Amino acid sequence: MITHTKFRQLKDKGFFILICLLMSLGALPLVSILFELIRKGYKQLNIAFFTETAPSTLDAMLAAGTGDVIPGGIANGIIGTLIMVSLASAVAIPIGIMIGIYLAEKPTAIFSNIVRFVADLMQGVPSIVIGIISYAWIVCSFQSYSALAGAFALSLMMAPLIIRSTEETLKMLPPSLKEAGLALGASYTSVVLKILLPAAFGGLFTGILLSISRVTGETAPIMLTALGSSMITVDVMRPMSAVPLLIWEFYNDPNLMDMIWSCSLFLLMLILTLNIIAKFIAHRWKIQ
Amino acid sequence: MENTVNNNMIDTLITSNNVRTPLIVEDAILTFKDVCVSYAPGKNAIESVNAAVEKGKITAIMGPSGCGKSTLLRAVNRMHELYDYIKVTGEILLNDQDVLKMNAMEVRRNAGMVFQRPNPFPNMSIFDNVLAGYSLNGIKLPKAEREALVEQSLRNVVLWDEVKDLLNKKGSFLSGGQQQRLCIARAIALKPEVLLMDEPTSALDPIATNHIEELLLTLKKEFSIVIVTHNMSQAARISDNSMFMYMGELIEYDRTNTMFTNPACQKTEEYLTGRFG
Ligand SMILES: Nc1ncnc2c1ncn2[C@@H]1O[C@H](COP(=O)(O)OP(=O)(O)OP(=O)(O)O)[C@@H](O)[C@H]1O
Ligand SMILES: [Mg+2]
Repeated sequence: MITHTKFRQLKDKGFFILICLLMSLGALPLVSILFELIRKGYKQLNIAFFTETAPSTLDAMLAAGTGDVIPGGIANGIIGTLIMVSLASAVAIPIGIMIGIYLAEKPTAIFSNIVRFVADLMQGVPSIVIGIISYAWIVCSFQSYSALAGAFALSLMMAPLIIRSTEETLKMLPPSLKEAGLALGASYTSVVLKILLPAAFGGLFTGILLSISRVTGETAPIMLTALGSSMITVDVMRPMSAVPLLIWEFYNDPNLMDMIWSCSLFLLMLILTLNIIAKFIAHRWKIQ
Repeated sequence: MENTVNNNMIDTLITSNNVRTPLIVEDAILTFKDVCVSYAPGKNAIESVNAAVEKGKITAIMGPSGCGKSTLLRAVNRMHELYDYIKVTGEILLNDQDVLKMNAMEVRRNAGMVFQRPNPFPNMSIFDNVLAGYSLNGIKLPKAEREALVEQSLRNVVLWDEVKDLLNKKGSFLSGGQQQRLCIARAIALKPEVLLMDEPTSALDPIATNHIEELLLTLKKEFSIVIVTHNMSQAARISDNSMFMYMGELIEYDRTNTMFTNPACQKTEEYLTGRFG
């Protein structure tokens, strides 16, 4: 009997060590990418990086000649990303949540099945196709590349994610919660707004953050819609830059090669932070 | 057995062999007429229940697990219509109005419910949980009135002393029994006409149970109570009238005294003496 227990304890230990090994193996790529980005990109991360626009080739070349860090920054991209993602969120979040509520409440309705199918399909559509569609619909009809078109493309990518995460979260709530609210004579709307949504807050918020982090790094749809700009602009009807777009532009200019790394480092850190916050919130606001 | 049926001829109506139903009451708050509930087509979980619930009294519903007690109770405040596969037929009169034809929100405000499992709102504080009936219905009370109502309701369910310093904490951090008392407080704060309670004390310790029973005895002056219970001594202690259900049917409905001392139906007697259930 004793040897048997010993053996099981040993097995447990072995299993634990195996899991630890596998886990570190899984984390290895992320850690090594991060290490590489920090090693190559940390030099550029100064105040100017966040406050100035992208440097010109000439400035970069001069700086390289004297061995200085490349002047300038990616403020135009940061502000562009901020504006476009905010615009896209402002559209995709309310619509996504409302449709998600509908799907959770009327799971078998024909409309629900169609919407669910389309949402799942949309999640699989390559982002460049979404970019093309936005180009055809928005850029062509306004006769100009614009941040608006970029935001439209991003919201098309965000909405399905939010719809599905809202639906899944609401479905996890126990039906007794809705019953308790309705049993007090509350209207359906107030049960949804004052009980179900707050109770599902953690899941909803996590879904929103993940969808934001997903579109923040999108390049292709932005390229076809917002085009990019070397200036800091806030006019949403005009072309605008974005952080991932700048990486692509820096890549095309041999003199700006160093900027790629700092820019990538910034983007990765941003997305990593969003993901960590999402995980934290999901943990804190777990549905009891 | 058969000859004892005659004892309560005034109160009761003999329908078929060994079945004594329904009790005739003068002042009915709730009347069931041919109520059937089915969860699946062609199969009734509740079969033709006819009964009148007396106003200002406590009515206990007893019966073995799965006999349809919760199903009957939930038909009253129209919980069944949240699920479209459940069908309810017949009439349920609340103050002579058919609840199945009334506005559902109005029915539910007048017929408060305490569920079998506690279900406080996890996003609300204890304070807000008690007042949820008001806030969800968009009724604004002055601050002083709110505080008085919360204190009174929590005192009624003997929860006040335990939570008076935690009123702003979330209700879901309480123990199961405390949560159930919070849910009772939430239901009575809204002052319904009928209180439907589905085994409200099954998660409580004897002391809290005792307090709740005393509370029910005081509350029945203000509103009528229908309580499902598995605890026969509880039914005997607090109820005025008792229903005994078996396999979806109301087998016997009588004054609690009569039913406990002199059950008309074989099944009732077997259940009350603990031979099954
Ligand atoms: N949601 C449901 N779907 C299908 N059948 C159900 C559902 N709820 C209850 N039933 C069935 O209806 C019958 C009555 O159930 P009900 O919950 O009313 O019993 P009960 O008397 O309250 O039992 P308990 O004392 O265990 O709470 C049972 O046979 C049960 O299987
Ligand atoms: Mg039950």
